[in-house]
Amino acid sequence: MSTDNPDNSRRKFLSGSLTLVGGTGVAATLWPFISSMSPSAKARAAGAPVKVDISELKDGEKIDLIWRKKPIWVVKRTKDMLATINTNKEKHKDPMSENTEQQPDFAKNKYRSLKPEILVLEGVCTHLGCNPAYKPVQSSNGLGKDWKGGFFCACHGSRFDYAGKVSNGSPARSNLKVPPYRFEDENTIIVGELPQSNDKNKG
Amino acid sequence: MSEIREKSQPSGVIGWIDARLPILSFIRDHLTHYYAPKNFNFWYFFGSLAFLILFLQIFTGIFLAMHYKPDANLAFDSIEFIMRDVNLGWLIRYMHSSGASAFFIVIYLHMFRALMYGSFKKPRELIWLFGVFIYLALMAEAFMGYLLPWGQMSFWGAQVIINLFTTIPFIGPELGIWIRGDFAISDPTLTRFYALHIVAVPMVILLLVILHLAALHTVGSNNPDGVEIKKNKDENGVPIDGIPFHPYYTVKDFVGIGVFLFLFSLTVFFMPEMGGYFLEHANFIPANPLVTPEHIAPIWYFTPFYSILRCIPDPAYGALAMALSIVVLFFLPWIDNNPIKSIRYRSTLFKINLFVFVLSFFVLGVLGFKSVTPLYSALALRFSEMYFIFFALLFFYNKPRENLFSYLYSGTIIFLIAIYDISRINSDNYFIVLIGLSFIFIFIIFMTISPLYSNLNKEKEVPDRVTG
Repeated sequence: MSTDNPDNSRRKFLSGSLTLVGGTGVAATLWPFISSMSPSAKARAAGAPVKVDISELKDGEKIDLIWRKKPIWVVKRTKDMLATINTNKEKHKDPMSENTEQQPDFAKNKYRSLKPEILVLEGVCTHLGCNPAYKPVQSSNGLGKDWKGGFFCACHGSRFDYAGKVSNGSPARSNLKVPPYRFEDENTIIVGELPQSNDKNKG
Repeated sequence: MSEIREKSQPSGVIGWIDARLPILSFIRDHLTHYYAPKNFNFWYFFGSLAFLILFLQIFTGIFLAMHYKPDANLAFDSIEFIMRDVNLGWLIRYMHSSGASAFFIVIYLHMFRALMYGSFKKPRELIWLFGVFIYLALMAEAFMGYLLPWGQMSFWGAQVIINLFTTIPFIGPELGIWIRGDFAISDPTLTRFYALHIVAVPMVILLLVILHLAALHTVGSNNPDGVEIKKNKDENGVPIDGIPFHPYYTVKDFVGIGVFLFLFSLTVFFMPEMGGYFLEHANFIPANPLVTPEHIAPIWYFTPFYSILRCIPDPAYGALAMALSIVVLFFLPWIDNNPIKSIRYRSTLFKINLFVFVLSFFVLGVLGFKSVTPLYSALALRFSEMYFIFFALLFFYNKPRENLFSYLYSGTIIFLIAIYDISRINSDNYFIVLIGLSFIFIFIIFMTISPLYSNLNKEKEVPDRVTG
């Protein structure tokens, strides 16, 4: 080896590989810290699917539960209520539930549900995140003659029908969100899981 | 420089220490023999004031951290505990909360000074870049600090801002969950914001301030004339138009500090909430994830950017516009490289442009408090466009422009704005759209075409020495 002229290509190779190995090491060391900021096991457990028994739910009644810290509504719709749901383009911004963000594929139907009578919705207004109120009584509380029942957001006046479809003229742009859910049996809903292939999909 | 140092090298114990730890040399190089231009005016107070407020925020923050509890169940009550039960706790907290607003007032004035006198221009680009980074870090610091009282506005403000990140395509929703550490804003969000607010971001800000000052002391301060004082030195290498920072500017800055502390005390003692602008009323109600306040507005120093965010109906594009409105600041030294630094020697049109920019920023700030109505959202859109047009015009005024270039340049800007208007015009809004578009049209034509037919873009000759 000549002393005056060090082997430059060897030197470059060594510093290059050292940078690469060291860089990988630094990146790997960063991982635990980045990962520690993701939801903890406890938070994930709280985000796990929620089971709800609807055997006691009467016609027209609504129960609230919490899934992933969001309010979830389960409503048992009557025949009359179902009759008010329509896919009229004049009245709704998204009558056919074409915005795929707002419901799992199984709920892209007229009633936006697995079973027509059972409605499951996230109770978060799609405008600014307020909690819309359930207003089943017709022509009540100053909502006007046209009010056929549904959900009304007091914050900014968004109106939703019994399927959570937003009415024209509301500040909200999209329908209320349908969470993923499935029926474990006739009277048990699991919110947070999609229907499995062996479930009866009545949508 | 080294020659001067050797002449006055101290002996004895002080000399012994200085040979090992150059404290005295540091004081000499950066205070007693650091030469600043002799013509600093009112606008040069705000750098040292920002430094004072940084110290004040860290100091009061340490004492608040002794009593505050970063826990979603305890945070709100611990603030009430500080306000009612801790000895003079209310004073310390009001100093900290008013200090945040004071910080932004001072920083905005400091940045305006840089715009006016061209302090961001060669050779001071790095000073400006570090400054914009400080501004960004400060926004993060203020945003995270605002969550800590765990009031309604803390909660829903953070909700809106974190949701901005979820509009990023593909990674957005996962990123939102990672930032919150949960599926909704909750205890993990609060504790991480606390850690970042009291440790991580302040350290970043301190580091950036050191870099900002180191870069400043390498090239020296600009001044209201925008003349480089280092070009005229006497036989000892001292700038003829320079005076030692200490005692001249330390004494001057103390006057500024006195006036500032007077106004600051008035705020802290008599109007710490500033009518709901420094501390929003809804924040006196504990955070409730199930009830949204009727009206959500950010704290005042964010409202201009909030207006830019809201002026485009699609949230993703709105967030992009808001991000661009800050990113564009980083490019300022390369957008405006007109050789004349100071507003004193620049053209009338430059002055109009700067005035309209300040006006736009102010109007956007006011609109950010208001609920969206068709009129307000039309105004917000037009003033957001003005915000960006400011930078386009700055570039235009870099040098005298040819006729063809002037027409093409103004035509392109108007074309881009008109395309967006055409995409959204309908039978309900055509009147308001056309009015707004014509104002923009007239403004741009005036700002770019008038130089071809008048002296409005005529610049003055810059003197060799500073003037008074």
